[in-house]
Amino acid sequence: MASNSETSVAAAWGGRIGQLVLSLFALIAVTFVIGRLLPTDPVGAIVGELASPEAYAAMRERLGLDQPVVVQFGRYIWNLLHGDLGVAALTGRPVTEDLALAFPATLELATLAVIISFVLGVPLGLAAALNRDSWIDQFARIISLVGHSIPVFWFGIVGLVIFYAGLGWVGGPGRVDVYFEGLVPSVTGMILIDTLLAGETEIFWNALSHIILPALMLAYAAMAYITRMTRAFTLEQIGQDYVTAAKAKGASPARLLFRHILPNISVQLVTILAISYGGLLEGAVVTEIVFSWPGLGQYMTSALLIGDMNAVLASTIMIGVVFMTLNFLSDIAYSMLDPRTQEKR
Amino acid sequence: MNGTTLSRPRPMANAWGTLHSFFGELRREPLGFIGLMLIVALILVAILAPWIAPYSPSRQSLSEVLQPPSVAHWMGTDEFGRDILSRLIWGAQITMRTVLSVTAIVGPIGLLIGVTAGYFGGRVDAVLMRITDIVLSFPSLILALAFAAALGAGLGTAIIAISLTAWPPIARLARAEALIVRNTDYVAAARLYGASNLRLLTLYIAPMCIPSVVVRLTLNMATITLTAASLGFLGLGAQPPMPEWGAMISAGRRFMLDQWWVAVMPGFAILFTSLAFNVVGDALRDVLDPRHTKN
Repeated sequence: MASNSETSVAAAWGGRIGQLVLSLFALIAVTFVIGRLLPTDPVGAIVGELASPEAYAAMRERLGLDQPVVVQFGRYIWNLLHGDLGVAALTGRPVTEDLALAFPATLELATLAVIISFVLGVPLGLAAALNRDSWIDQFARIISLVGHSIPVFWFGIVGLVIFYAGLGWVGGPGRVDVYFEGLVPSVTGMILIDTLLAGETEIFWNALSHIILPALMLAYAAMAYITRMTRAFTLEQIGQDYVTAAKAKGASPARLLFRHILPNISVQLVTILAISYGGLLEGAVVTEIVFSWPGLGQYMTSALLIGDMNAVLASTIMIGVVFMTLNFLSDIAYSMLDPRTQEKR
Repeated sequence: MNGTTLSRPRPMANAWGTLHSFFGELRREPLGFIGLMLIVALILVAILAPWIAPYSPSRQSLSEVLQPPSVAHWMGTDEFGRDILSRLIWGAQITMRTVLSVTAIVGPIGLLIGVTAGYFGGRVDAVLMRITDIVLSFPSLILALAFAAALGAGLGTAIIAISLTAWPPIARLARAEALIVRNTDYVAAARLYGASNLRLLTLYIAPMCIPSVVVRLTLNMATITLTAASLGFLGLGAQPPMPEWGAMISAGRRFMLDQWWVAVMPGFAILFTSLAFNVVGDALRDVLDPRHTKN
């Protein structure tokens, strides 16, 4: 029996990894196709309209565009695997370098947002489920409905108008005030950590006042989802016999929550944590523009506007890889942490 | 063919019945009712835009640039002195067109793929669902961005870009329904009478999957509204001077600290629209799908 279940676990892992690899391959294929869809002629864009046919052909050959599509696709993957994503017209630097600069900023924003959304969303969802149909349940319902419906970029603007321009409680767009810019050496690329490493507490507080608003605005949509799911998970548990039994034995509400319900929904919570993290990365793309946050979203949209497809596609792949890996991890976490999913197989 | 044969259920008759009970239920669900009223109002606004908009959406008036909300301009004016309320009213047409177009593309495609996979099962199912799962695992907004960037900005591109990543949830749902329906007695009976696969699929199975697909499509409309607005905001959807709500926010962003109404007003239009779709979708699900009813 034991060996049987072990092989099935291994098979399940194999299946998931296979699905991940297949998805990544499909993503790369899609970006390759998108790159081909361009209405502009890449050769003409480089050599110019007045180039002789020979020069044109030479450039075409240099770019590898004279090869069959399959060969071009193979080369595309080969380059990707070697970290060569081409040069960005936007900055004149290799795209890989640009991404390495931009990604930590996005990661920092999304990570802070996921922490906020979890810290606020889980208790709210629990409170709503434990006090079903009370005012707090209604409140949670409205909070989560609005969170599912609000355009995140607009919410950022409203936040800036009220808390920055109106009340002056937080820093404005950008990562730090202008006069602090460039003072801290970049080690991790995440400004909160870098300032602490450099021992610059004043800049740290300034950076915090800048990141808090975009992180809160970004966190809201994820919080709506987390609240809703936590409520649903908890309600599912409350309906179970073991909870009734524990209640009958006289377990206090606190004991019921911390000893019985929370452990049983923790696995599901980890799963939605990973999913919301992926969603936040996507949301960060539009939020960053509102807050002039120098991350992937800002980079990608600046590239979009000048039609720099190398940068656009590389950013798409970068976000896609992180997004898919997070979903994969959430899947794995679910099957590893929850003994029930293993018994079923 | 006498009284003992199993006849095919008439989904459309059912739909009228459910619609009737739906309105009955809605009366007890005030939020869903308000949402439905909002959507009806929005559709009316979109249709009647030429008659109810107080000004032309493109009428520029340089003497009235960036006016705050007032009696003459309820929501103020933008940087060209155009009336924001009138532009929002005309913008409802663009939003409705986008939402309906994407729905009209995504619904049949999702239904077709899902029903085919569920009905045939086996290898067909495995391949189709594998593809569905892959598209589902893509970050859809980012991919829509890349598509729109490659195909050139515009409303048509935005509609295609959103549709390309919006069909998988529909397909999965339709498949799940088809898996149940294909084992029912009336399908078996029809097969015994020699109905072809095509006939079974289109007349016996697909219609039964429609109600839950409709629910899912309604919920999707909220997401479509938001994605379309995001694309517009990023400059990849409908192009100025078209009064697209997301593009209006993007244009108003330059003035947000001093003339907040230019960027803030269109956001309310987006918020209330997607809120209405979400609320109606939730209510529809409670009524049509007993498995999701609040216990």
